[in-house]
Amino acid sequence: MALKVVIVGAGIVGTACAFHAASAGLDVTVVDRAPTGAGTTSRGEGNVLLSDKEPGPELVLARLSRTLWDEAGRELGAASLGLEPKGGLVVASDARGLAALGEFALRQQAAGVRAEPVDRVRDLEPHLAPGIPGGVHYPQDAQVEPVVAAVALLRAAVRRGARVHRGEVTGAVTGGAGRVTGVRTSAGAVLPADAVVNAAGTWGGEVGRRLGAPVAVHPRRGFVLVTEPLPPMVRHKVYSADYVAAVASRDAGLETSCVVEGTRGGTLLIGASRERVGFDSTMSTAVVAELAARACRLFPFLRDVHLLRAYRGFRPYCPDHLPVVGPDPRAPGVVHACGHEGAGIGLAPGTGALVTAHLLGRPWHGADPAAHTGLLPGRFLRSGGGSG
Amino acid sequence: MTEPADLVVVGAGPAGMAAAVTALAGGLRVALVDSGTTVGGQFWRHPPEHARAAIPTDDLHHRLREHRALCGALSAGREAGRLDARLAHHVWSAVHEDGGFAVHAVDRRTPPRERTVVLRAPRLLVATGAYDRQLPFPGWDLPGVLTVGGLQALLKGGGVVAGSRVALGGTGPFLLPVAAALAARGAEVVAVCEAAHPGAWLRHPGALLRNPGKWAEGAGYAAALARHRVRVRPRTAIVAAEGDDRVTSVRIAALAADGSPRPGTERRAAVDAVGVGWGFVPQLDLLLPFGCRLTETADGNAVVAVDDGRRTSVPGLYAAGETCGVGGAALALAEGRLAAESVLADSGAASVLGPARRAGVRAAVARGRAFARALALAHPVPPAWSSWLTDETVVCRCEEVSAGTVRAARADDDARDHRQVKHLTRAGMGWCQGRMCGPAVHCLAAGEGAYTPAERLVATPLTLGALADLDDRPSAATDTGGTDKECS
Amino acid sequence: MSEFSVDGEPVRFVEGQTVAAALVATGRVAWRTTRTGRRPRGVFCGIGVCFDCLVAVDGVPGQRACLVPARAGMAVTTGEGDDD
Repeated sequence: MALKVVIVGAGIVGTACAFHAASAGLDVTVVDRAPTGAGTTSRGEGNVLLSDKEPGPELVLARLSRTLWDEAGRELGAASLGLEPKGGLVVASDARGLAALGEFALRQQAAGVRAEPVDRVRDLEPHLAPGIPGGVHYPQDAQVEPVVAAVALLRAAVRRGARVHRGEVTGAVTGGAGRVTGVRTSAGAVLPADAVVNAAGTWGGEVGRRLGAPVAVHPRRGFVLVTEPLPPMVRHKVYSADYVAAVASRDAGLETSCVVEGTRGGTLLIGASRERVGFDSTMSTAVVAELAARACRLFPFLRDVHLLRAYRGFRPYCPDHLPVVGPDPRAPGVVHACGHEGAGIGLAPGTGALVTAHLLGRPWHGADPAAHTGLLPGRFLRSGGGSG
Repeated sequence: MTEPADLVVVGAGPAGMAAAVTALAGGLRVALVDSGTTVGGQFWRHPPEHARAAIPTDDLHHRLREHRALCGALSAGREAGRLDARLAHHVWSAVHEDGGFAVHAVDRRTPPRERTVVLRAPRLLVATGAYDRQLPFPGWDLPGVLTVGGLQALLKGGGVVAGSRVALGGTGPFLLPVAAALAARGAEVVAVCEAAHPGAWLRHPGALLRNPGKWAEGAGYAAALARHRVRVRPRTAIVAAEGDDRVTSVRIAALAADGSPRPGTERRAAVDAVGVGWGFVPQLDLLLPFGCRLTETADGNAVVAVDDGRRTSVPGLYAAGETCGVGGAALALAEGRLAAESVLADSGAASVLGPARRAGVRAAVARGRAFARALALAHPVPPAWSSWLTDETVVCRCEEVSAGTVRAARADDDARDHRQVKHLTRAGMGWCQGRMCGPAVHCLAAGEGAYTPAERLVATPLTLGALADLDDRPSAATDTGGTDKECS
Repeated sequence: MSEFSVDGEPVRFVEGQTVAAALVATGRVAWRTTRTGRRPRGVFCGIGVCFDCLVAVDGVPGQRACLVPARAGMAVTTGEGDDD
């Protein structure tokens, strides 16, 4: 009989887990209180990036994930995921920044990332501001439409036998030796399970607690701006090198850097700020203005372009800014797949395959648990307690 | 006005004007902001002051005496240095700041130039009104098809009649004054298609009897329409507009009890303009980001919940008029006064109305709200309205998303609300951000419950250049890592 | 009566009218073409909510004709409602 897996969360990570687990023949039920991809998934730009990642455990997962996005594209149709292998262009604002960026790119190349230094950035992006000393082109960077992709992955999982349960998980049912045998929902139902995957994203800390396996996942607020629809003006994901610094930053408070990119609908997306303000959903005009200012410095034509919309989401981050993926030693049967911060879209298929490999006890689609030990939840437990 | 304001009022329609005038009378300093080039809102829309001789529109208006009195009081307030009137200022965001409010506007007095302006006060009153609620139908995106309010705005604001043969359709009493105004200015109103049943009022006679003024108003329109031989056709609807590059005819059908067209009743009428409207949608954009408590009204809209002094659930934030539920100008005037009375009381200032008159205004508001509820129940959106859509009918005008696409998203996926449909189909992602298609997509996706608009953190588009120049933005150098918003 | 131009053609208007009112008064019902379906559009809501009536004013796109007061000598250009 197939292993019964309950996946908590129908965001991009949960649906990718469902897609891979169902493809592996497991008996999958996805539980979410909200529509597919309605949480953080719907509040991001759809980044599938290698360019912003330091060599290390996250980059290893990102490279796997990048391959698996292409694989999903071939299987389900790139259009059904909104998958666009547009490439990224990281630009430096001055000579010092360019030197740092070049050094970063060398280390990435050594880790298997395609990174091509560019002197004349305006050959790649003609509307960039003059005077930019150079940058690095990352042809592997891509974009997906997050909600569209989550829906497509879940739909494919359902075709492979997965079920979807709308409701909120309130706790775990445990059997002998504290092993999980099911989850309880707010409607009073018990969904039997041999394993439970915590793919609750920003709410992964709370879901982990309910499952008896708390993890330190915190929200980090981010705003994204959306412009009026335009003819194609920006071809790549274009961002300033300080984005790399902001992503890795451990400082509190507001950080903005600038990412500008087009979409299939013609709108331009401008991201992204990062603030640690808990689940404070307050609009910040100062942050939005700062994003606009930076985008206009990068692409001066944007000064005459209208902002139509701003949205904000809460990106889930762990204290060490790495996702937590793998079985929790304190709660047998609980597997975490959360804490991906702003990289959840990009890392989703790799995470789905890795979770499936953990469930199967053997490698799955290039995901070998032995190659991703740096993401295991045990790293928070050594120093005594992972609740936050 | 050089001193900081005690109160910012957003919206200078009947509610906002009445609120500002009452607050001024109570000694407060008031900033009054409106996107229009004159005060008055949609109800008292006028050409700009200097053009009123060239474009006479007084004959199209109602309650002009009250309008003049309010204008006079506002002028006096300005002369006394206590009113800061900001016309042609579009508010794009309102946020909490230092225990009070910051209202971010775009100054568009000399278009196409725009410049951001920030107005601050310890209290904020939102009286942003409403706009026509639309239900798509085949051909509704043809040039020459307008909202009823659009026809009215062209008339009242510019003295322009949008067509010579006009059909009006939808539901609600607003169809009548627009038909009368068009006829008075020489248009042939070939049909007024009112979807509701004339007998629906009989189910709520109390509300009508307690509001005798409404009888007179209704009788006035009836007389005007009779004079111009305009017939109101109950239980009918415009189910299609036809034409190549502009509307040339409409198809009108009699409706069954559920609002579906009765087979065999369709007829065609030649027209060169059409006006449609199915009641109104309150403009909640500035209120939703504050997380105000909402409530539902009988017309199917979510509106901001207020106490009997028009205080929202957010301290210091007040609402009046259509944002509290669609109810018309008379109610908006009373609510504006009441909200300003609450502002005065909460600021420690003396009441302008005094206890007795304030009780009277409260009672008038209660009567008006009961009447609005009866009106909404008598003029519902027909449950089967979507039966006149074809799969090709455009639902989202901006992104050109068809009814078939919306229905497919709902059928295939768990897209049971308009936000999810937006993510999957782009319906509501264009320039208007779902203001036109939102209620219809909500009906098609959810099928029940009140329509709560998507939260719009940017209430009106503005250029990134103007936004980038926002003056009170902390500089990046000093702000990075420098705020004390540490996660606890 | 004063004059502004729309795509180079003179439009007479009464001082105080909006660009949309002046265009409608002179018999123009459509002046924008939609991005996807290439369909004609003009004024719909008339109060600045629907953005169907977008024009460029003196070279600046994204202006709502129903809100912008007509001014003598103003150059209005129409198109897709985006950056042209």
